[in-house]
Amino acid sequence: MNNENTIKANQSAKPYVAETPWLDPEAVPFIQIKGLSKQFDDFSAVDNVDLNIYKGELFTILGGSGCGKSTLLRMLAGFETPNAGQIIIDGIDMANIPAYDRPINMMFQSYAVFPHMTVEQNISYGLKKDKLAKAEIATRVKDMLELVQLSELAKRKPNQLSGGQRQRVALARALIKQPKVLLLDEPLAALDKKLREQTQFELINLQYELGITFVVVTHDQEEAMTLSTRVAVMDAGKFIQIDTPTQVYESPHNRFVANFFGTINFFNATVLSTDPEAQTLTAQLEKTGTQLEAKAEGRFSASDEVTIAVRPEKISVSQERPEGDHLTITKGTVEDLAYYGNRSVYRVRSQSGRIIQVSAQNNQRSEQLVLEWDDEVYLSWDSSCNVVLSE
Amino acid sequence: MQKSSRFVFSALCFGFAFLYIPILVLIAFSFNQSAITSVWGGFSLRWYTALFNNEQIIEAALLSLKIAATSATFATILGTMAGLALTQIGRYRGRLIFTGLIAAPLVMPEVITGLSLLLMFVSLQELIGWPLSRGAGTITIAHITFSMAYVAVIVQSRLSSMDQSLQEAAMDLGGRPTQVAFDITLPLIAPSMLSGWLLAFTLSLDDLVIASFTSGAGASTLPMVIFSKIKLGVTPDINALATLIIGTVSIGIMIASWVMFRQSKRN
Ligand SMILES: Nc1ncnc2c1ncn2[C@@H]1O[C@H](COP(=O)(O)OP(=O)(O)O)[C@@H](O)[C@H]1O
Ligand SMILES: [Mg+2]
Repeated sequence: MNNENTIKANQSAKPYVAETPWLDPEAVPFIQIKGLSKQFDDFSAVDNVDLNIYKGELFTILGGSGCGKSTLLRMLAGFETPNAGQIIIDGIDMANIPAYDRPINMMFQSYAVFPHMTVEQNISYGLKKDKLAKAEIATRVKDMLELVQLSELAKRKPNQLSGGQRQRVALARALIKQPKVLLLDEPLAALDKKLREQTQFELINLQYELGITFVVVTHDQEEAMTLSTRVAVMDAGKFIQIDTPTQVYESPHNRFVANFFGTINFFNATVLSTDPEAQTLTAQLEKTGTQLEAKAEGRFSASDEVTIAVRPEKISVSQERPEGDHLTITKGTVEDLAYYGNRSVYRVRSQSGRIIQVSAQNNQRSEQLVLEWDDEVYLSWDSSCNVVLSE
Repeated sequence: MQKSSRFVFSALCFGFAFLYIPILVLIAFSFNQSAITSVWGGFSLRWYTALFNNEQIIEAALLSLKIAATSATFATILGTMAGLALTQIGRYRGRLIFTGLIAAPLVMPEVITGLSLLLMFVSLQELIGWPLSRGAGTITIAHITFSMAYVAVIVQSRLSSMDQSLQEAAMDLGGRPTQVAFDITLPLIAPSMLSGWLLAFTLSLDDLVIASFTSGAGASTLPMVIFSKIKLGVTPDINALATLIIGTVSIGIMIASWVMFRQSKRN
């Protein structure tokens, strides 16, 4: 898990998110999906899904393998017919519009670059089908080749290209048609790690420059965090949570989402009292009886069983008992530690016997480990870091 | 180590000798001056001249080539359509049965295929008065029937190893279904159609059994003529003919494997 990278990348992507139309009740969504379902035989691949995507968004659908992401995308593109529901794009119902007439283009998971055509022929294919004038096709292909940096390779066949180059051919081929929406099915999955990180930023820049609405499907949560304006977390054909990357990371709705994005510590607890005005509650941890405060909307009441979730990087570890207001404090012994250079990860066994994972920045220069195995330590975190989950 | 590799080498030599010495002997004797098959009388092209003056054989060879070319062409068209239907049209009920059915003629004994086709032609004649007589036409139909299965299997295996999203990608970029078929599908399966055609052509040239069942009095294909001549005793002009056939078939196989090689290199 590499949370530092995720967060850093996320910040540099921030300037591109100019607006937040999803917060505006007046805003008209560019893509409206209503009650969309798709069954294969008796199996529900996509199950009664509702979704609004706004113009210019870089929207990510995130979920494990087989949860129905590709099926959803293929329904948008027109390759699968929904069993129920509606897809409206830019005010037009897509029900009776075949794939070749939709204002959408797709970049396939396999890239699907035509093997018997050169790079240039691949990229010009869509414009030729639109019966554009030869001269216009030529200039647009030339511009597009420059944009994706493939000018030198224009005459090559796909089998003479690397994976990253093929990916750019597929992207260029879809973008040249200037679609209203570009669908990308696992656009980076076939690339190696280094190329993937670099390509992520290229994608973001491209999307920002062209202003096309991107819908990206991925199973890689880091990719989802880096790329998107908003993320829809999907499981078994349904959306679990649709929010901004920071919201899904910091305020997951349930254990599934919390677990999906990196590591997190869970504590079973019982609500002691609630304060509806301040939107806070007090809860008691199951075994140790430690009392803690947490922010929570009004949906909890006293004696509810809840889960308290805390991210490892929110927890401070120290050998003296920390002082301060609104701190949740617990004691334990270091059972395991891993030194990563920029940070260390500690696995601390608390007095209740559970393992708590802590990720600490090594913000002081020291050639000795600050903490050793079997050291007695205090763990503390600000009560605002407590996330209350209903299950 | 030494010993075993010597053993492997001699086994290899023996195997190849077993396969190819009869053929080499046949080729050598086609250039024999002497009329007696077992005695070498010096080099000559005499039997080739004799062969080209033998009208019966030339006629039969031309008929065989015509039947082979026609049946291979139709078998390729029909077989490609069958292969497309088996792989492209979604998942439908009984698709597995169809796949099995299309491959069945590959393992069916020729005698049975021939007999059943003969029965079909006879009963059709009684029912609708067609075919009036059996001959080149009925042989061609029979050859289309069995070689179509080979083409279908070759095309089908190519199609199912092909990335299905290629066609979807073309459609996504604005290609109508027929355009996609001509722009993407056909160019990609063309090599397997060509090897299917060559295979069908060779099978048709080679066939004796089914042709004998479905032919009438008038038409004799080359294998039928050779077979009937051999019953009267082997003449050296048959050696010359066999040499020519071997030459043709080798060239055909070389082209087919070259096509396959290029295709596999491209993927
Ligand atoms: N054409 C199909 N026929 C039957 N089942 C399918 C078909 N396409 C997808 N599925 C099933 O639907 C589920 C979701 O598939 P998919 O959308 O490809 O998942 P993802 O892209 O999230 O990995 C999978 O369980 C898959 O087996
Ligand atoms: Mg998928």
